[in-house]
Amino acid sequence: MQLFILFLPFLFALFLPLIKKWGKGHLGYYVIPIPIILTVYYSSFIGKETQYESISWISALQVKFDSQLDGLSLLFSLLISGIGIFVLFYSIFYLNKKERLHQFYMYLLMFMTGMLGVVQADSVISLYVFWEVTSFASFLLIGYYYEDRISKDGAFKSLMITIFGGLMMLGGFLILSNVTGTMSIREMTAQAAQIEQSSLFYVALVLILLGAFTKSAQVPFYIWLPDAMAAPTPVSAYLHSATMVKAGIYVVARFTPIFAATAVWGNVIAIVGVVTLCWGSFFAVKQKDLKGILAFSTVSQLGMIMSMLGVAALVSYTNDTSTFYQFAAFAALFHLVNHATFKGALFMMAGIIDHETGTRDIRKLGGLLSVMPVSFTVTMLGTLSMAGVPPFNGFLSKELFFMTMWQSKEALPLGTLVFAAIWLASIFTFMYSLYFVCGTFLGKRHTLPKRPHEAPIGLLVAPIVLLIIGLIIVFRPNVVADLLIKRAVVSIQPTLFESASDVGVHVSLWHGFSAEFLWTLGVIVLGILGVLTLKKWQPMYEKWPEKWTLNTLFNQVISIGDASFTKWSRHVMTGKSRQYFTFMLGMVSMLLLFVLWKKGAFAFSWEGASTIHIIDGLLVVTLVAGTIIVLKATTRMTAIIALGVVGYCVALFFVRFQAPDLALTQLVIETVSVALFLLVFRNLPKKIKEEQKQKGKWLRLLVSASVGLTVMLFAMAAYSQKLLPTISSYYKETVLKEAGGGNIVNVILVDYRGFDTLFEITVLAIAGLAILGLLRSKKRKGDARDESK
Amino acid sequence: MNQNNVILNTLTYVVFFMIFLFSIHIFLAGHFAPGGGFVGGLLMASGLLLLYVTFDLETVRKMLPINYSILVAIGLLFALGTASIGLVAGDAFFTHYFNHFQLPLLGDSELHTAMLFDTGVYLVVVGVTMMIIESIGGDQ
Repeated sequence: MQLFILFLPFLFALFLPLIKKWGKGHLGYYVIPIPIILTVYYSSFIGKETQYESISWISALQVKFDSQLDGLSLLFSLLISGIGIFVLFYSIFYLNKKERLHQFYMYLLMFMTGMLGVVQADSVISLYVFWEVTSFASFLLIGYYYEDRISKDGAFKSLMITIFGGLMMLGGFLILSNVTGTMSIREMTAQAAQIEQSSLFYVALVLILLGAFTKSAQVPFYIWLPDAMAAPTPVSAYLHSATMVKAGIYVVARFTPIFAATAVWGNVIAIVGVVTLCWGSFFAVKQKDLKGILAFSTVSQLGMIMSMLGVAALVSYTNDTSTFYQFAAFAALFHLVNHATFKGALFMMAGIIDHETGTRDIRKLGGLLSVMPVSFTVTMLGTLSMAGVPPFNGFLSKELFFMTMWQSKEALPLGTLVFAAIWLASIFTFMYSLYFVCGTFLGKRHTLPKRPHEAPIGLLVAPIVLLIIGLIIVFRPNVVADLLIKRAVVSIQPTLFESASDVGVHVSLWHGFSAEFLWTLGVIVLGILGVLTLKKWQPMYEKWPEKWTLNTLFNQVISIGDASFTKWSRHVMTGKSRQYFTFMLGMVSMLLLFVLWKKGAFAFSWEGASTIHIIDGLLVVTLVAGTIIVLKATTRMTAIIALGVVGYCVALFFVRFQAPDLALTQLVIETVSVALFLLVFRNLPKKIKEEQKQKGKWLRLLVSASVGLTVMLFAMAAYSQKLLPTISSYYKETVLKEAGGGNIVNVILVDYRGFDTLFEITVLAIAGLAILGLLRSKKRKGDARDESK
Repeated sequence: MNQNNVILNTLTYVVFFMIFLFSIHIFLAGHFAPGGGFVGGLLMASGLLLLYVTFDLETVRKMLPINYSILVAIGLLFALGTASIGLVAGDAFFTHYFNHFQLPLLGDSELHTAMLFDTGVYLVVVGVTMMIIESIGGDQ
């Protein structure tokens, strides 16, 4: 059941084309039951023991698809399916019925299964496969408007970076499974001490972190996320803020019990997270595109969650439960949930503004407050939560974050500096939040591509409900914590907490005038000051030369790679079959000779060979003469006839050696191919060009001579030394009894080696279709050329 | 083409049917004597080729309005379907079944699922060969 539910979105996607054809109304209405079913189903697991189900895929390698629902997986599964409902609902109103909706929803459903698979997998192979499914779905969704250059480039960039990370991670997984001899993460966790002893421990650590950091858009890999904003807004809200980008966070959390045995894991994650947090919030203020601001904000918030997980790993390492920072993992997951609510809502609002005004450029927007009051209210509430202003859910987790980081000063290298950095980053967070709202809704109104008006209620429902969920979290934070988050924390830090009730943290809105509250106040005051003077210092961002950005670096690496590979393949792939044959046959000959020489397998023995009759001699002479004529012929007609002679001679050889099947086939093939030649004959020039033949003549002579020699040597060696009895005796014994036939050759074809034949005729059919396509496309091109004349 | 070539025209009528029957014979004989789907298919194709050489493309198309791509598809389905019989029956993929039957006129005959598979091969070979010949011939 668990696995069936996991694959349900994927299976349903297969029926979309049919629904598209016969269904009426917006396709989204048919799809929306899926996440609802998933949410209800996963809700039933709250408070239950860990459930596990698996199905074997490649049993010899212990590879299987499995679904494991422990606290951490359940939290993520609920997040994926729950946010999925809102995103689908929103998309129904956001996307026009005339668009390629079947493709859109197919990719989205594919993503849903992929993402659920990632967070539920226990087998690392299963995790990797689903991981790539999400990358691929993201690629397709970013490139949804594929006529658009920006979409295509963004899709390409995200694919390059996330697939790179995915492959690195696969390497890490394989190292782990090699060391432990298992593919299961649970069993790996049990052998954590043994993994630490391995010499490849740090290699695996770095590889897995590369995977996590690329997916979760950490510095310096984050550059794909802003470009991914070319995707339709529901996708940005779903994949690129609420779920997919959190896959990296999930992997870090999942592997913390394995890698937390050293301080390196926690330190690296914490430092990368803090750097990303600062980087993202700092550059968010620079952005001009509403979704760009949100993208950088997502980068920064992901960094924040990442840094808390780093601290959590350090706690596991030191086993220090004396201070509050033991709850870092709790804080991280709590913020993850909050982030999904407000960021999802904000992305939807950005989409609404785009939808109603026709632009997302903040320089063109402004003064929308009077025409879109509801949108303003929703956006304002979402941004305040994002900025960490009390009394919103963002504030709750932000405060936990401050507390954690303040108290972990001693545990982290340069702890005080790190805290100063995150405090500064929070100021920037506050600034971009206000900048986002004020730039859109306050100030002077400019002329817009569309006449702005309030959004239809359907579009507003999803973000409003998301915000209401956020408010529920504010008033009942401990309900969410007890039900979901604490159990997930136990999965991350099994050494610290035995069960959910051991996580003794209590979230409350008001702590009194504690240090954290003062930090927040400082952020608000300085943030407001910053926004008021924004016009004065924002241009400073433009001072940084375009040449020295990560994007330029990425583009350069890609274009250099592109150019050099193109050059190389142009050099090798000349399109001349003569050259290809030289490569292929030369290689075959060299390999065979090498094997013969290496194994000392040269042998000559005439024992048991039949005598050579005069007819055989005549046949050989004719054959050789025919071959020479083919080579020397100056007109095509002669060459074709000589080729026919060669073919029929071979057929006669088969007759002589009592192989009627082969002889028959050879005869018919010869006939058909000569006739085919006659058909194309008229299109070819009569004379064979001499100068083409001359180039590289000696090399070709060498290759063909060596191929002939090799084949002969090989046949001799095989004939002279028989290590094993030939298989013919087996065929002779079984052909009538077991296969019910008399002609061994044919029974081999249809029975013993039926698989080969099946593939051969498939290849034949594909080749036929290819020839058909080739000739048709050539014809069409010819027609087009004729018309242009 | 060759509209004036009376001898060839007349002969083709006769020879084509001989080739056709021979190809069927070779195909059916395959399991015990030389032959089989592959050779049978090729023979059939060569017979058709003879028609093309004698008459022109349009005439032959009118005589035999066959879409060879579909013929190929049917052949592949035959082959794959026969191979899958085993799966349905609970045996391994590609298990063949055979038995002897007393058929009217033919007497004691062996019926074999391999024959169905060979039919697939036959159809694919005829289809692909004719597909290629038609597209090359049609190019002129």
